[in-house]
Amino acid sequence: MSALVSAGRIGLARGRIELRQTFTNTQDLWSYLFPTIVVIVVMLFMRDSKVPGVNFSLGSLTLPSVIGMSIAFGGLVNLAQQLVTEREDGTLLRAKAIPNGMLGYLIGKIVQSAGMVLIGVVLTLVPGIFLFQGLDLGLGSWLSLIGIVALGLVATMPLGAVIGSLIGSPRSMGLVMMPIMGTVGISGIFYPITSLPSWLQGIAQMFPIYWTGLGTRAALLPGSLAVVELGHSWRHLETVGVLAAWAVAGLILAPIVLRRMARRESGSAVAARREKALQRVPR
Amino acid sequence: MTTMSGARGVVHPVRSAVEGAALDVRDLRMRYGTTDVLKGVDFTAQRGEVLALLGPNGAGKTTTIEILEGFRMRSAGDVRVLGIDPARGDETWRARLGVVLQSWRDHAKWRVRELLQHLGSYYRDYSTEHIRRPWDVDELIDTVGLREHAQKRAGSLSGGQRRRLDVAIGIVGRPELLFLDEPTAGFDPSARREFHELVHRLSDDDTTILLTTHDLDEAEKLADRILILANGSIIANGSADELSRQMATEAEVKWTRDGQRFVHSTMAATKFVHELFLQYGDEIGDLEVRRASLEDTYMAMVRDFERGER
Repeated sequence: MSALVSAGRIGLARGRIELRQTFTNTQDLWSYLFPTIVVIVVMLFMRDSKVPGVNFSLGSLTLPSVIGMSIAFGGLVNLAQQLVTEREDGTLLRAKAIPNGMLGYLIGKIVQSAGMVLIGVVLTLVPGIFLFQGLDLGLGSWLSLIGIVALGLVATMPLGAVIGSLIGSPRSMGLVMMPIMGTVGISGIFYPITSLPSWLQGIAQMFPIYWTGLGTRAALLPGSLAVVELGHSWRHLETVGVLAAWAVAGLILAPIVLRRMARRESGSAVAARREKALQRVPR
Repeated sequence: MTTMSGARGVVHPVRSAVEGAALDVRDLRMRYGTTDVLKGVDFTAQRGEVLALLGPNGAGKTTTIEILEGFRMRSAGDVRVLGIDPARGDETWRARLGVVLQSWRDHAKWRVRELLQHLGSYYRDYSTEHIRRPWDVDELIDTVGLREHAQKRAGSLSGGQRRRLDVAIGIVGRPELLFLDEPTAGFDPSARREFHELVHRLSDDDTTILLTTHDLDEAEKLADRILILANGSIIANGSADELSRQMATEAEVKWTRDGQRFVHSTMAATKFVHELFLQYGDEIGDLEVRRASLEDTYMAMVRDFERGER
């Protein structure tokens, strides 16, 4: 038991160190800033358009949606990406060769991935508050925002871990990115979902991205804006229900898949992946 | 102590377990589909012993080591690593092992000292009365010769420095048993010598070491005992000296007489030299007798074995 507690403590330390490292190189800094800059520019163009049927800026409506998207998107992709890359480069095998190393590694990755999502949220939200008018920024809003961030991460990160365990190489990440991007497209992030055909609305409502977007809108927009949502309501219960269902499914599945992945790690597995990766480098 | 085992279909009675051995491998078998990769590997290692596992590519060295490390399940046989079956090894067992992995580009953003400090902290709970875990990080950095690079990022180290970091990671928990897979690949001669000194120091501290290498000179320098693995079984097991005597390979005698150089290969070098002096006495100069090197022995053994297999 005490070993598990220490692995938890070491894992937290690992997450902190690796999160700090993301501030010390241009590649990571750029990957924080680039998406933020893109969405802010896009929202600025939408600032003067009105939400159909309501006297409210489309840019201000999109800001919370984009934050909701980045929670689910980051939760799914960050952890998956890290697991795939670090399985290929041998980081996971090192963890396996160390007592409680896999547990410490995993906790570290969860801390790091969640931290990266939070940084992304703050980077978008802080300038957004100054650029876009009409948001509801009372104490209740902030508490709801914290709640939906937490729930969104718990719903998506185990899923990200499953994806990361199943994908063979970093070059195959595109296979998952495409459907995730597609889901973003139909989840009412950049335009109200009510303008989509109902069968697409149905599909979108099966995935967490729509619900994290709805959750952040419910947190940050005035109550009157609920009229543009499906059923003219923020549907709090449904939001919690669907995200909790994804969380439960992910938390049941992730340990099984992660264990299977860890069991298969060996020096020759890493060597074979390295061989394969190096063959792709053009000479 | 020297045995030739496993080769040419000789049937051995299964021996009983060796008490207190660091490694005890009996009749280890591994089959992938219908291919037998290991066909009854059998050896032991005492505490503090350094074993070199040699063999042609594809002989089963990596498979053997991965089974012992607990990274791979075996098909059959009895294996004890520090007294425990690696297929059932827990974290306490894991803490007593060290594995030096071939690195590629992992932990590239970590600084050397920071990484060793972090990985060492996993071993703190497994410190015992006799073995203080982990290794003090600065002492360890000095030991592997990375002091000037302690604040460098792992990604910016040269190939040789990176290998030293791999070794440091492998020993940070002060292992009782250390697995070294091709430890000096990419080392320059002086780094290689320093590494050899480190291995001697570790084995003086009672660390058991199992290493694989393609450098036969290195195996001869480091190992107390050499195992040659060919086609899934151990075809030779003994010190470099014992192996060369076993193979009765020819020695090369060189001398000069009347300003002329002579070379002669013989199985009985001592007798030949004696007769040479009886015949020519003082006329003989620049006498040199070169016994078969481990490389000669190894080549002869593997060749003989492969001929026997066909």
